[in-house]
Amino acid sequence: MCKRFGDRVVLEDVSFTIDEGELLCLLGPNGAGKSTLVRVALGLLRADAGEARCPASGVGYVPQTKAFSRTFPAKVEELVTAGLRGRWPWRVRASERAKVEAALAQVGAAHLYGASLATLSGGELQRAFLARALVRAPALLVLDEPETGVDVGGRDELASLLRALATERRIAALIVTHHPELVARVADRVVLLDRVVRAWGTPREVLGSLPGDASSTPPSDPRAGPSTEESA
Amino acid sequence: MELLTEPFSHAFMVRALVCGLAVGAVCASLGVFVVQRGLSFVGDGLAHAAFGGIALGLLLDVSVAHAMWVALPFTFCTALGIAWVLRSGRVHGDVATGVFFGVTFALGVLLLGFRSPDRAIVSVESILFGSILAIGQEELVVVLATASVVGLALAACWSRLAYATFDAELARASGVPVARLDYLLLGLTAVVVVVSVQTVGVVLVSSFIIIPAATAGLLARTLRGVTLVAIALGTAGAAVGLVASYHLDVASGATIILTLGAIFFVALLTRRAHG
Repeated sequence: MCKRFGDRVVLEDVSFTIDEGELLCLLGPNGAGKSTLVRVALGLLRADAGEARCPASGVGYVPQTKAFSRTFPAKVEELVTAGLRGRWPWRVRASERAKVEAALAQVGAAHLYGASLATLSGGELQRAFLARALVRAPALLVLDEPETGVDVGGRDELASLLRALATERRIAALIVTHHPELVARVADRVVLLDRVVRAWGTPREVLGSLPGDASSTPPSDPRAGPSTEESA
Repeated sequence: MELLTEPFSHAFMVRALVCGLAVGAVCASLGVFVVQRGLSFVGDGLAHAAFGGIALGLLLDVSVAHAMWVALPFTFCTALGIAWVLRSGRVHGDVATGVFFGVTFALGVLLLGFRSPDRAIVSVESILFGSILAIGQEELVVVLATASVVGLALAACWSRLAYATFDAELARASGVPVARLDYLLLGLTAVVVVVSVQTVGVVLVSSFIIIPAATAGLLARTLRGVTLVAIALGTAGAAVGLVASYHLDVASGATIILTLGAIFFVALLTRRAHG
C-alpha cells in the first residue's frame, strides 16, 4: 500500500497480513502513518496504490475514546446498538436487546447496560466501545490507541480481554499503540512502522531493537504470513 | 383559566401562538444538534447573516415582508460557507462563525446605507427584534410549511445526524454520509433562522435554538430524551411567554426568550442541587 498527501509520502510499499486469531500491534512514532493505515483499512481513505483486504464479516473499529464528547447524552446500550445498526438508535428495540447484552457480556460489561457514558471510567468506556465493535461479530478488530485514558489496571484487563477473544473466538486484531507494555503483553507479532515497515517480528525481536535507533533496525519482509485475514 | 384563554379571543394572538409553537418546536429540534456539536454561536451568526440578506432585499426594493426571499438564499449560502470552513479544519467553529457573522452584518448595515432616501423608511428595530404579533396569514403559512419540511427532514435524518454528532469518524466508518449531513444541518438552520427572524427577530432567534436544547441537556440522559424535552420546552416557552407578554403589555419576542432563560436557570440550579 502507498499513500501520499501532496508531496509528502505517508505510507510507502507497506504490506503485511494478519492471521485468524492473531493480535498484531502497530508501533511507530507520531507521523509514522499509523492512523492513515487504519483509516485506509476502515475505508475512510483511499490508498494511492494497493488496498486493504478485510474479512467478509467486516471490521470492528474501536476508536480513541477521547474523540467523543463526554457530555454527549448517551447510554451504553445505545452506543452498542449504534454499532449494530450503523445509526444512532431512537430507542433500543426488544429484538436488539439480546445481541447488545451478549456483546456487553463478551467483554465483561453486562452490568453497564443502562449506564450513562458520562459516568464511566476509562476502562469501562473502553469495554463499552469494544462491545460496540464486537456486536456484529467481526473477524477482525481495529483498535486505535486503546490504552488512551485507561489506567494501569484497565490496560491489564484490556490485554487479558483481547487475548481471550483471540484464543477463544479466533478474533484477530490490529492494535495501534504507543505502549510497549501493552505490546509485550498481548501481541503475537509487531510491525514497526515509520512510513515504511521498519521492522517486523515477535514482540521480543522488535521491542529489543527499540532502545537504540528504531530506524536502524534492518527491515524484514512481513509478507510471508501463512494465511491472509487482512492485508495492507 | 380566563387568564389563559382570553388573549386567544384575538385572531392575531392565535396566529402568534401557532407561529410560536411551530418556531419553538423546530428551532429546539435543530438546537439539539447545534448545541451538542458546540456550534451554539452558529444560530447567532446565521441570524446576523439574515440581516445582511434582508438589507440586500430592501436595497433591491423588495418590501420588508418579502425581503426574506432574498435573505433565504443569502443566509443559506453563508451557512454552506461556514460548513465548508468548518470542514476544512483550519479554524475553530466559533472563529468561522464569527468571521461570517461580522462580515454579513457589516454588509447589511452598508447596504441599508445605500438605499435611496426617497424610499420608505424601514424600522431596523423590527428586523432586529421581530414582531410575532404582526404576523399575517400568508407569513404564517410560510412558517408552518417551513417548520413541516424541516421537521420531516430532521426526523428522516435524526439517527444519522445523531451518530455523526456523537463521533464523526465512527459514523463515517459505519457508512454515514457525515459531510452531507454537516451541510444539511447548517442549511436547515439557515432556512429556519430566516423564517424565524420574522417572529423573534435577528437578535433573539439564536436563543430560540440554543436555550431549549441547552436546558434539555441538563435534564435528560439520552439524545432522544434531550430532543423530546427541548421540543416541549421550546413550545411551552413560546406559549407561556406569549400569554405573559399579552397581560404585561411588553415585547412578546423578548418575553418568550426570557421565559426560556428562566427555565434554563431553574434547571441549572436544580441540576446543581442534585449533583
